[in-house]
Amino acid sequence: MAAYKEAPADATAAQKLLNWVDNRFPLTKLYNEHMGEYYAPKNFNFWYVFGSLAMLVLVIQIVTGIFLVMHYKPDAGLAFASVEYIMRDVPGGWIIRYMHSTGASAFFIVVYLHMFRGLLYGSYRKPRELVWIFGCGIFLCLMAEAFMGYLLPWGQMSYWGAQVIVNLFSAVPFIGPDLSLLIRGDYVVGDATLNRFFSFHVIAVPLVLLGLVAAHIIALHEVGSNNPDGVEIKEKKDAKGIPLDGIPFHPYYTVHDIYAVSVFLMIFTAVLFFAPEGGGYFLEYNNFIEANPLKTPPHIAPVWYFTPFYSMLRATTDLMVNVLCVILAIAGVLGIVKGGFSGLGKIVLAIAVIVAVALLKYFDAKFWGVVVMGGAVIILFFLPWLDRSLVKSIRYRPSWHKYVYGVFVFFFLVLGYLGAQPPSDVGNYVSQIGTLVYFGFFLLMPWWSRMGTFRAVPERVNYAAH
Amino acid sequence: MKKLLLSLLLSIGCIAGASANEGGYPLDKFPTEKMNDMASLQHGAKLFVNYCLNCHSANYMRYNRMKDLGLTDDEIKKNMLFATEKVGETMKISLDPKQAKEWFGTQPPDLSVVARSRAASGGGTGADYLYTLWRTFYRDETKPSGWNNLVFPDIAMPHAMWELQGQRTAKFVDEKDHHDPKKTVRRFEGFEQVTPGKLDEHGYDEAVGDLVAFLQYMAEPAQGKRVQIGVWVLLFLGLLTVFTWRLNAAYWKDVK
Repeated sequence: MAAYKEAPADATAAQKLLNWVDNRFPLTKLYNEHMGEYYAPKNFNFWYVFGSLAMLVLVIQIVTGIFLVMHYKPDAGLAFASVEYIMRDVPGGWIIRYMHSTGASAFFIVVYLHMFRGLLYGSYRKPRELVWIFGCGIFLCLMAEAFMGYLLPWGQMSYWGAQVIVNLFSAVPFIGPDLSLLIRGDYVVGDATLNRFFSFHVIAVPLVLLGLVAAHIIALHEVGSNNPDGVEIKEKKDAKGIPLDGIPFHPYYTVHDIYAVSVFLMIFTAVLFFAPEGGGYFLEYNNFIEANPLKTPPHIAPVWYFTPFYSMLRATTDLMVNVLCVILAIAGVLGIVKGGFSGLGKIVLAIAVIVAVALLKYFDAKFWGVVVMGGAVIILFFLPWLDRSLVKSIRYRPSWHKYVYGVFVFFFLVLGYLGAQPPSDVGNYVSQIGTLVYFGFFLLMPWWSRMGTFRAVPERVNYAAH
Repeated sequence: MKKLLLSLLLSIGCIAGASANEGGYPLDKFPTEKMNDMASLQHGAKLFVNYCLNCHSANYMRYNRMKDLGLTDDEIKKNMLFATEKVGETMKISLDPKQAKEWFGTQPPDLSVVARSRAASGGGTGADYLYTLWRTFYRDETKPSGWNNLVFPDIAMPHAMWELQGQRTAKFVDEKDHHDPKKTVRRFEGFEQVTPGKLDEHGYDEAVGDLVAFLQYMAEPAQGKRVQIGVWVLLFLGLLTVFTWRLNAAYWKDVK
């Protein structure tokens, strides 16, 4: 508890007011910790704008969401019409709705790029594990938020997309059917589902999301930002204790981010005003037809930001389960022969592999598809411990690591593309390869990330004055 | 690295291109300039009210919204409304869904947003679809309604504007499938006019263009305004970007 401080005698009225507040609430302290005296590395590049942009999009979504709720009706009989009412009869309604729908896609674009930045520069490495984990939590919330929000317009894709995804939960052994019933609140997606999704979309998930965003930023400002060189700037400080390569967040990065915001808004508004449907990817054409439980569309595709994960789900066929069994067996044999385990350890490992293979074969491939889809997101949480590279940043890793990242990104995009297409044999094989690449990238990371010749990390960051 | 990414991206493009060309009757291009032609839009509205709005509703479209098209309340009342409706109401119909199902086999869908729902990713706009649909009806006595369509085979709807276009039949030839010689495919060879319509071919195309322009407008009445505002917003943001760019540079020029 800080002692009460008197304002100097010659203080202005504003200074006196601030002093009054500071004695009761740490306003100046908070401002300094997060803005004025938060020292960020001065060598941030283009990739570092997406965190601020994600905040901007979050604010856009919350504010437009508030206005949408004023006119939207969460009722299976009225929902579709209320959205069209917003688009036609509410003054400025169309612009608010397009901001929200474009914002949803923009959120994912920005967050995917933000995460990729973290991957490139090892921003999740010690001591930033919690920053990364909170971030993964945000990503998970975002997916839940997007999935439930997509039901609300009550179009054909809303309806059947939700139907497909909720049905997946029924594949969970033992509790599956009851679980999907609990989620739906009915035997089919219906009014009860719409109401609970609405509640989650506008209250529950946003609350968690905001809490996680606060935690993400507090954790970040506690440890300090990483940078493209992966150098800890706190290790080199001047006499006043200010990092030599640090620069106050305000004003330097605020003006920097305002610049980024204006460029981003140009792209955002270009989509909003000239192509709000995003070529059928941001607003799917089928969703302009009201939900009809009796008419299944010939092709149900989730919105683009879910398609990589949807591809992995579809890729998990019986054949894929067999491939996974073989891979597990090989991994088990390798572990026993080369793992350096004691006799008991080897036996435990062998039993574990046999049990895993038995489980893989015992349960339906559909269930394993759900596990694969969920696992693809959950595995991100473990990234800080999977990466064993000697350096953080891609800049000082062996150059072939770049190709590994390149292949990973390529297959992620291919999975995304295939997930939006109707199923085909070739597509399915490609997405099976993509799924193996995706999981191989992460699960083999403890080995491949240590291989190769690493370059020396400089003492100070690389920075060329503008 | 960049080359690798580029080549990888290029190969995605190839995969995308390979599957883009699917079967079906190729869509004609809707003449988009009609969207800026008030006379066309008004004519389209009239055709819509006369030919469509008996079986199809447009439950989200208000009659007086057509003021967007340069019409006054009085003009709308006089030309578009039947006696009982009010100008602030939406375009509802009194067709009983049960009877509709009996007559057509299916309930005619609401047309408020049909131009948006009929677009296909990479396969033409909803307006292209409707424009082609309305110009490819032909007589087919094997169908319950006596009509069939090239874009929407086995369509339940009869040719509502047949008196404008007249009656036509379609010629098909059976051909061997290139991929599978055992199969035959029916290839469309052309239309044959059986009875003349009130309009010649060009006149009918124009009329359909006007109707589709109206449907396209009705699917998103704010679309004209949207583009208009968008230009100003982008100009403003362009200017703002110049300022924020220089502001950023001004702050950072002293950072060594």
